[in-house]
Amino acid sequence: MTPQTEEAVNMFSKELALHAYRQMLRIRMFEEQVNELYTRALMPGLAHLYSGEEAIAVGICEALKKEDYVTSTHRGHGHCLAKGATPNLMFAELLGKEAGYCHGKGGSMHIADPATGNLGANAIVGGSMGIATGAAFSSKYLNNGLVAVCFFGEGALGQGLLYEVLNIAQLWKLPVIYVCENNLYNEYTHYSETTAGDICARATAFGVKAETVDGQDVQAVYSKAKQLIDDARAGGGPAFLLCNTYRYTGHHVGDINREYYRTKQEEQEWKTGRDPIQLHGERLLHEGFTDKATLDALESEVREEMKAAVEFAIATPYPALEEVEMHVYA
Amino acid sequence: MPDTTDRELTFAQAVREALAEEMRHDSRVCILGEDVAEAGTPFKVLSGLVEEFGTNRVFDTPISEAGFTGIAVGAAMTGIRPVVDIMFGDFLTLTMDQMVNQAAKIHYMSGGKWKVPMVLRTTLGASRRSAAQHSQSLHAWLCHVPGLKVVIPSTPADAKGLLKTAIRDENPIIFFEDKMMHHKLKGPVPTGEYTIPLGVAEVKRVGKDISLIATSSMVQVALGAADMLAEIGISAEVVDPRTLWPLDEKTLIDSAKKTSRAIVIDEGYGRYGVTSELASVISEGAFYDLDGPVLRMGAMHVPIPFSPPLEDLTVPTEKMLFDAAKKLCSKS
Repeated sequence: MTPQTEEAVNMFSKELALHAYRQMLRIRMFEEQVNELYTRALMPGLAHLYSGEEAIAVGICEALKKEDYVTSTHRGHGHCLAKGATPNLMFAELLGKEAGYCHGKGGSMHIADPATGNLGANAIVGGSMGIATGAAFSSKYLNNGLVAVCFFGEGALGQGLLYEVLNIAQLWKLPVIYVCENNLYNEYTHYSETTAGDICARATAFGVKAETVDGQDVQAVYSKAKQLIDDARAGGGPAFLLCNTYRYTGHHVGDINREYYRTKQEEQEWKTGRDPIQLHGERLLHEGFTDKATLDALESEVREEMKAAVEFAIATPYPALEEVEMHVYA
Repeated sequence: MPDTTDRELTFAQAVREALAEEMRHDSRVCILGEDVAEAGTPFKVLSGLVEEFGTNRVFDTPISEAGFTGIAVGAAMTGIRPVVDIMFGDFLTLTMDQMVNQAAKIHYMSGGKWKVPMVLRTTLGASRRSAAQHSQSLHAWLCHVPGLKVVIPSTPADAKGLLKTAIRDENPIIFFEDKMMHHKLKGPVPTGEYTIPLGVAEVKRVGKDISLIATSSMVQVALGAADMLAEIGISAEVVDPRTLWPLDEKTLIDSAKKTSRAIVIDEGYGRYGVTSELASVISEGAFYDLDGPVLRMGAMHVPIPFSPPLEDLTVPTEKMLFDAAKKLCSKS
C-alpha cells in the first residue's frame, strides 16, 4: 500500500464505514422492493436493477459534496439513492405518481433531482456523457469548485460521444470523473465480445488519468474516488475510473432465463464470494465497528423503510391529466 | 421596435451585433463551436467577438459536434447560457441525440425541475455549389420535436431581435440562418436595444389577391415574385412566420382568409416538411374562405447536386412562384 492510499483508507472513518454499509443496504433493499413491485405487476414499464453494484455508487457519492453533480443511467436507482434521493419520492416516480421526483413523467430511467445535484438518469446508453462534461464546463466557467461524475456501464464504451468528450475534457481540464461500471454484460452479451483492446487505454490515449478498482469493495472505491475527485476539484482535470463489478440480476427484471449468456454458477460465485455488502459487513465486524446483532437490526430497519416508501407510493395519486401538456417548455 | 434609421447591416453583422450585446449584458452567455474564435467561423459571422470577449467566452472546439453540443446541454442546465455554432446545417445530424433525446426532453422528463437555456445557431440553404452534404435545409426535423423551438429569420433586423430573444429564453432553441444571406442581404436595423418575441409572424408586404407564406431566404423570393405579380395586376401579400415553433397560426390563417389563396414556400424539402405543416394549418383554419388548394413549394426532392445547372433546378425561384401564383389566381 502506498502512503497516499493508506492515508485515503484512514479517511474512511468508523462513522463513514457504517454509513456506507447502510447506504448499500438501502440500495439493495430498494431494488428488492422494485423486483417485488414488478413481479406483482404493480410497476409499469421496465426495471433495471443495480443489485451487486452498490459499492460503486456509494463509494463514489460518499466522496462527493451534496452540490456536486452526477449523471446516471437506465440502471440508476443506486446512483440516485447514494447521492441523497428519498425512497418515497423515487418509488412514487417508479409508479408514475404525482409525488414522484419528476411528477411521474420520467419514471425509473429518468429520475432527476436538482437538490442532490442529480442531473438525471439517462435511457440512451452513454447519453449523459455530454451533459456531465457540460456541468464540469459550468463549474470551471463559474469557478464554483463543483465536480461532475458521469456514471456509465461498459456497454457505453461503444458510443463515440465518450471519446469526443474525453478529448475536450482533457483539453480544457474540466473537473469530471468518468466512472465505468463494468458489470461484464452489455445487456445479454459478454463485454469481451464487444470491446476491443484495453478499457483504461481509451482514457489514457487522451492523456486522461485512469485507475482501476475492485467495484465490490466500497472502501477501495471511496479511496480511489476521493483522490480523483479532490484532484479534479483542485484543477487537476478529468479522470477515468474503471470499477469491476457484477450485475446480480438480468438486464431488466423480465430477463429471467439467462443461461444462454451466463451460467448460474458464475452468478452464484459473485453473490457468495464477492458481495459488496457482505464483504463490507465482515470488515465492520473485524474492525470492531459494530456487532452482528446491530447489522441484523439495521437490515430489518432498512427493509421497513423501503416497505413504507412503497406503501406511500402506492397510496399517492397519479398526476392530474392536465399535466400531460405541462413542462414541455420552461 | 425603436424607430428605424438609415443604418443598414448585413445579415451576418446583425447576428454578430445581437451576440455581442447579449454577451455584454450577461456574463453567462458564451459561444462554442468549430473555428468560432480567431477565425470568426468560415462564414466570418463571428469576426471580432473573440477580440472583445476573449477565449474564456468564445471557445474553439474540436470537430466534435455531438460532444460540444452535449457539453452545451449540460452547461445550460447548470448555469451557463451557451450559444452553439454548427457550421453547416447538414451537421445537425451529428447532434441529433443531444438535441432530440436530451435537450428537448430534459425539462419534461424532470417534471420541470431542470431547464436547458441554450441556442444552437446553424445554417441552411443551397446555391453555394457545395453539394449534397453542405447544402441542406433540415429545419423541419427539429420542428417535429416537442421541447424545441425553431427560429428562422429572413431579414437582418429580424435576425438581431429574434436572436436576442432566443438567448434570453429558457428553452433549447435552434436558430437557422441562410448562409447565402449572411453577406449578400442587407437591410435596415434599428440602432437601439430591441427584441422580437417568438411566435409573432410579420406581414412583409400587404396584398389582397394571394398570400405567399415564406421563410428565410424564400421571403426575398416571394417579394420578388410579388413585384412581378403586381405588374400583371395581382396583389400578393407576403407573410413570414419568423418562428416555426412557436407558430403564429392566426396571422397565416387571417391572411389566407383575406386573400382566399395561399402558396407556402420554404427551402426545405416539401415532403413531410415545413410547407406541408403550414399548408395544413392554413387549410384547416381558412378552408371555407379559400378559392383553391393551398400550394407548396420547396426544394426538389433530390440530394442537392453539385453541378450548377442541376443545383439551380432544386431551389424555388421568383419565376416558379410567379407562375404558380398566376395560375392559382386565374382559376377562380
